[in-house]
Amino acid sequence: MTEKMLTRQRTRLSPKLKEGLTGYLFILPWLVGLLIFTIYPILSSLYYSMTDYNLLTEANFVGLKNYMDIFTKDARFLKSVKVTLTYTFFQVPLKLGFALFIAMLFKGNRRGVNVYRSLYYLPSIFGGSIAIAIMWRQIFGRTGAVNAILKSLGLITTAKSWIASPDTALGTLILLAIWQFGSPMLIFLAGLRQIPQSYYEAASIDGARAWRKFLHITLPSLSPIIFFNLLMQTISSFMSFTQSYIVTGGGPTDETLMYALYIYDTGFTNYRMGYASALSWISLIIIGIITMVIFKTSNYWVFYESKAE
Amino acid sequence: MKVKTSRKITTVSFHMFIILLGIVMLYPIIWMVASSLKPADEVFRNAASLIPSKLMWQNYVEGWKGFGNVSFATFFKNSFVVTILAVIGQVISSAVVAYGFARIRFPGRKILFAAMILTMLLPAQILLIPQYIMFVGFDWIDTYLPLIIPHYFGTPFFIFLIMQFIQGIPRELDESANIDGCGKFRTFIQIIIPMTLPAIATTTVFSFYWKWDDFMGPLLYLHSPMKYTVSIALKSFSDPSSVTNWSAMFAMSTLSLIPSFVIFLCFQRYLVEGISTTGLKS
Repeated sequence: MTEKMLTRQRTRLSPKLKEGLTGYLFILPWLVGLLIFTIYPILSSLYYSMTDYNLLTEANFVGLKNYMDIFTKDARFLKSVKVTLTYTFFQVPLKLGFALFIAMLFKGNRRGVNVYRSLYYLPSIFGGSIAIAIMWRQIFGRTGAVNAILKSLGLITTAKSWIASPDTALGTLILLAIWQFGSPMLIFLAGLRQIPQSYYEAASIDGARAWRKFLHITLPSLSPIIFFNLLMQTISSFMSFTQSYIVTGGGPTDETLMYALYIYDTGFTNYRMGYASALSWISLIIIGIITMVIFKTSNYWVFYESKAE
Repeated sequence: MKVKTSRKITTVSFHMFIILLGIVMLYPIIWMVASSLKPADEVFRNAASLIPSKLMWQNYVEGWKGFGNVSFATFFKNSFVVTILAVIGQVISSAVVAYGFARIRFPGRKILFAAMILTMLLPAQILLIPQYIMFVGFDWIDTYLPLIIPHYFGTPFFIFLIMQFIQGIPRELDESANIDGCGKFRTFIQIIIPMTLPAIATTTVFSFYWKWDDFMGPLLYLHSPMKYTVSIALKSFSDPSSVTNWSAMFAMSTLSLIPSFVIFLCFQRYLVEGISTTGLKS
């Protein structure tokens, strides 16, 4: 009798508990994946960063030696941080500025805008591919199309390799990144179309010029979207690998040694897994700081509709 | 009258400007396609030109032969297998998790959701080394498993995208299904999935792009040329010290872009909407 009651009770879970369990059942794949493919690797990398692990022999615990070496003896580390920061500092604002400029052009519903929008998005579709990186390398090489065009216009007399000269190598990578402005452009465009037309009409009545409307209406209204784009582009800029690996190979003399490329080199060319793990952890901290700075400063320049009113 | 002509001038100059800028922007892509059709010795001798002196379709046949006795038929097949299996996993698992987060109340939901957003900001390179060591431990090196299996656990970016979409569906639909005796699973499959198709299409398209272009994964995990995907094959094929036929090289590069291009043509609308909504709603 009591047994029967117990089983009945067990099958009739309270609806709240049942809903809770169902919820966990649905998010289970992500939860399991988080543990296996994110949390465990991050923690194990913290351990490896304090060892001399090289894949072949047992890992020996070396304490903070890797970190000390990175900060005191490693010139390539400093170089790669400098290169990555320079790359990000130019690439992200230029890309976002260009994306916003094009979005402003496409804002009105002129005829043909939809076709143009797709054409301008095309480089972003192909941009991440190896084919494009190889093409970029050849176009900016000594015998490439860029030199041929500049020569025929009489702008240069001797051909130089843009990817092998220390003063232009990073520039070609920055240009490749700006060229893929498609996603921020589309996000800006959608944002622009949400700004109420009445704002602009009111400003026109007050006699505001186009430039002032842009400064005082468009930019503040777009600021949450600019913030989002800035954050995402900065983080992905820090992870940029394929472009420098293929186009310049990090050269000449480490002028384009991106941080991710340096980690790859340390881990998979020299098999210094412990040292590379320490480098990864430092990059996590650097990106964490940058993300925090972006978030903190956003209080001063990001305007949300509800706050303003 | 005057206003009309000046408006006409703005319109004409607008189109002129956009088209000129567009040509500059698309030039590199056109250059690559043109180079794939030029005679091999012409690619860099006449580098600026976009018009081949004669059309060498032969380059595609040459390139297709590949290298080391492995043809591009194999590389393309490998790429399709890896991409399709990864995309299927990514779409299904992300949709399931998105439904859990968007529609079911369970304790700890807010904290877990915040954790998921945080992982979106996590730079992938931190995982590079430890994941590699882990997959060496699993004995997964030189197999497709590291390129496919991790996608079966939901991807935060896509979970977020689909969630946004589910939250736009009126809750009354779920509730009336519930009254009709539908459990959460049936509601998910019969009500939510059909209504989320646009978001699922967007996810599929992005997932396809990223996987098709993926280079780091194959670079780390695939060692035998028989297993190469197109991206890693192109890299080996283009090694400056070994390339003799650049036209054939560009022919294969051009081919490698075609799947993405076809999908772009078919799904343009979803793509534009998808990008716009993810950017706007966060």
